[in-house]
Amino acid sequence: MSSGGMSLRSVLPEIVLLIGALGILLFALFASRRAQRFAAHLSLLVLAASAASTWFVVGASEPTTFFGAYAVDGAAVWGKLIILATTALAVLLSYEWFAADPRRGELYTLLLLSALGAVLLAGATDLMEMVLGILLSSATGYVLASYHRRSARAAEAAMKYYLLGALATGFMVFGVVLLFGMGGSTLFGALRVSLGGADAWALAVAVGLVAIGLSFKIGAFPAYAWVPDVADGAPAPMAAFLTAAPKVGALIVLARLAAALPAADVGWRPLIAVLAAVTMTLGNLAALRQDDVRRLLGWSSISQAGYALMAVVALGRSDLAVPSLIYFVGAYVLGNLAAFGVVVELRGLADRHLYNGLSRTRPWLALTLVVVFLSFVGVPPLAGFVGKLGLFAATIEAGYTWLAVLAAANSVLSLAYYLRVLGPAYLGQPGPEVAATMGRWARMGTYVPAAALLVLGIAAQPLWHALAGAGLFPL
Amino acid sequence: MLTAMIAVPLLGAFVVAFLPRERTVLIRRLALGLSFVPLALTLVVWLRYSGGPLPQMIESVPWIPALGVGYKVGVDGFSLPLVALSALLFPVSMAYPLDLLGRERTYYGFFLFLEAASLGVFLALDLFLFFVFWDLSLVGMYFVIAIWGHGDAARSAIKFFIYTLTGSLALLLAIIGLYLSTSPHTFDMISIIQHPPLPGDGLRASLIFLGFVIAFVIKSPLAPLHTWLPPAHVDAPGPGSAILAGVLLKMGTYGFIRITLQMMPDTFRRYAFALAVLAVISIIYGALVSLAQSNLKRLIAYTSIAHMGLVVLGIAAAGGVLVGAVDARRIALDGATLGMVSHGLITGALFLISGSIYARAGTYEMDEFGGLASKARTMGLATVVAAFASLGLPGLAQFVSDVEVFVGAFAIYPVLVVISLVGMVLLAALFLRMLKKVFLGPLRERWQSMRDLDGVETAVMISLLVPTLIIGVFPAWLINVIDATARAVVGG
Repeated sequence: MSSGGMSLRSVLPEIVLLIGALGILLFALFASRRAQRFAAHLSLLVLAASAASTWFVVGASEPTTFFGAYAVDGAAVWGKLIILATTALAVLLSYEWFAADPRRGELYTLLLLSALGAVLLAGATDLMEMVLGILLSSATGYVLASYHRRSARAAEAAMKYYLLGALATGFMVFGVVLLFGMGGSTLFGALRVSLGGADAWALAVAVGLVAIGLSFKIGAFPAYAWVPDVADGAPAPMAAFLTAAPKVGALIVLARLAAALPAADVGWRPLIAVLAAVTMTLGNLAALRQDDVRRLLGWSSISQAGYALMAVVALGRSDLAVPSLIYFVGAYVLGNLAAFGVVVELRGLADRHLYNGLSRTRPWLALTLVVVFLSFVGVPPLAGFVGKLGLFAATIEAGYTWLAVLAAANSVLSLAYYLRVLGPAYLGQPGPEVAATMGRWARMGTYVPAAALLVLGIAAQPLWHALAGAGLFPL
Repeated sequence: MLTAMIAVPLLGAFVVAFLPRERTVLIRRLALGLSFVPLALTLVVWLRYSGGPLPQMIESVPWIPALGVGYKVGVDGFSLPLVALSALLFPVSMAYPLDLLGRERTYYGFFLFLEAASLGVFLALDLFLFFVFWDLSLVGMYFVIAIWGHGDAARSAIKFFIYTLTGSLALLLAIIGLYLSTSPHTFDMISIIQHPPLPGDGLRASLIFLGFVIAFVIKSPLAPLHTWLPPAHVDAPGPGSAILAGVLLKMGTYGFIRITLQMMPDTFRRYAFALAVLAVISIIYGALVSLAQSNLKRLIAYTSIAHMGLVVLGIAAAGGVLVGAVDARRIALDGATLGMVSHGLITGALFLISGSIYARAGTYEMDEFGGLASKARTMGLATVVAAFASLGLPGLAQFVSDVEVFVGAFAIYPVLVVISLVGMVLLAALFLRMLKKVFLGPLRERWQSMRDLDGVETAVMISLLVPTLIIGVFPAWLINVIDATARAVVGG
């Protein structure tokens, strides 16, 4: 049993995040209203420090630490980095958006804590650890979603988010209890051995219950319903964050849990495959009729979660599963931030008809939408294409060709609604007034990820090479 | 050198897009100048190309070695003629006058982008790279149709994009399937061609083959997956149609040769007859539907389906048996490749002329015209030459390729060839009817002020129709290039 003892060094990124979040809270308590804005600068520093401290985690001799409860493997490190980058971009988008909010300082504390929850999820190799990560990420998420206290829509979104979250987490805790009862341990590494003799039906029920809980964080069927509401109702930068960061952590922990199930097929592969199929199709079908760009992004984020689940299906059967999961999720997150970034930069403009003629009034924003949407569809040479290529290859190699075909069909479907936004942006006549824009920070939070999509699509080799060796405990 | 053929227009696209909006003359000159670069390079490549079974002038750089992906380009007897065709069609289409709605930068930018992508498809020797350019060409074409099209352009463009994206995702899945069958995994075309990884039978090979066929049938297009083509052509601007018919459709038939025929010969043989039947259906169906059209552009679009059916018939015949009938199959394959070139030149010219007619008259309805030849002589002459070329008049390029395909295919599928000859007769009838309706007869009052082709338009027509004549009279130089590679494919 790999344990690795308790090395504080290997959780330095988490410690930095936690202390940083508390530090910013103290700062926000005592700083003058004018100085509140520096909380954003501080949080960027904290995120950078946390990312830098992953250096001490890379190359750990054991895949786990804290007696097998916490992973320090490749997937954990990459998950952390993606979540930290997501958070940093969300900070950029938030800076001007929350400029008039007197409580803006605390926002960054919550954001960092929420990121910490997602990071914990990405590293969790223990059932309790997983529950902890979900609770931390959710509890902060509810507040972030309703940060505009006077907005009825934000309140509605947060309420939906909260109720569904409570329900899903409840299911998950039941599942965790069942797993613990059958396996006699909460550690994934131990469960991998001890679940071997468990009753198949009981195991299926337990896994199903946990999957419901995780589907809430992933934004996948069956607990997906909050996504469009949060995308639409929450403050746009928070919508960008909440539809991205928790997904990364939850997908990785789901992969870990799946890998911990006994080798003899207990049916989790078909189960996840069906969830993936339903999620991507549902997300795309619902997105087809959206006229609100933010809701459309919400539904499209559901469908993207469906694609990502394909990697979990292929886990253990294809060497491409882990790298393509991480690559795809990374590409998705960048795209999501850039797309919401366009909305933020346009000061929350959401009706697609208001995007008429955007290519003439704001050519760079229109181009960003083209890049993001084509990356979502999987058009080369953008990062989304490389991720999707890996996903398709992994799924086919795992013997789930039908799922890959369905995903391809879904990609075609998704083009239809992306074009419903791009069409007016390029063909429509601009209205009399030019949409106002947000500012320099928001622009940076939009263009940086969009450019990254292009760079990571063309220069895919270094990243893919690094990911190819990434381990995922307990696989 | 080959890389420059892709890189110059690609970089040019970005340069043009960043020029100041008002400098329309500079934009046009620069874009045209850049678009001619690949043509000049093609001449050099053609002179240096020595012929043979394997691709030459290979330029190769590792791209994503972790996935077996490389940047690799080269030319052989199949790709070189198509590269030349594309390198010619792009500059002349860009030069062709069109109302750009004040968006010169975007228009020339997209065309240069499209030129790079199209050349990339034909030059690529790596399946991954091939797919990248294949998809980029869709994106470019979508914007060209959507922005500068007329009629219900936005809708036609979406239909085009979604339809062909379906094909390209089928292509992607099939490429992945093929990739996963290689060992070690590679996207390298040459190594897959030299060691076809899949045996002919088996579900896996059949499914992968099906994926490729769906992709290429949509792109070519063959009936019954052609329905995106007529609206796309009718609503696209003239130069866009010329590129769509002249270059983009060839990607489908080129894929049939390069991928299905060369990389999966066993599987191809198993399904060759079915493919040939599909091709003949397209010939007859395309010709019949074309006969019923009153819209000039729609008529040409449907004749395209018939002509592309003929090309696919030649390819199917070439792969119809694995051994024997070497000469017949070689000739069929030569004819198919030549057919792509001649169709590209001729249909490119026809679509550009329809663009001119639309620019002057605002309609494509043939019944509203009549007697235009008396007013617009050059236009009439160009149309007559192009139409006769298209229906297969001896001495013009299409005749040579038609004869080669028929002669070659007759040895393999005699009955199908006889049936498809009916289609050729129909084509002759409908082109003659078109000429009569539009250009002959009494000139109507409203067309009294019809302008003839201007200098640029005439020059473009000459640059497309003179090669048609040259190939028709003296095709050997072109056929020899194709033949050296085709010979290796059929095992001669």
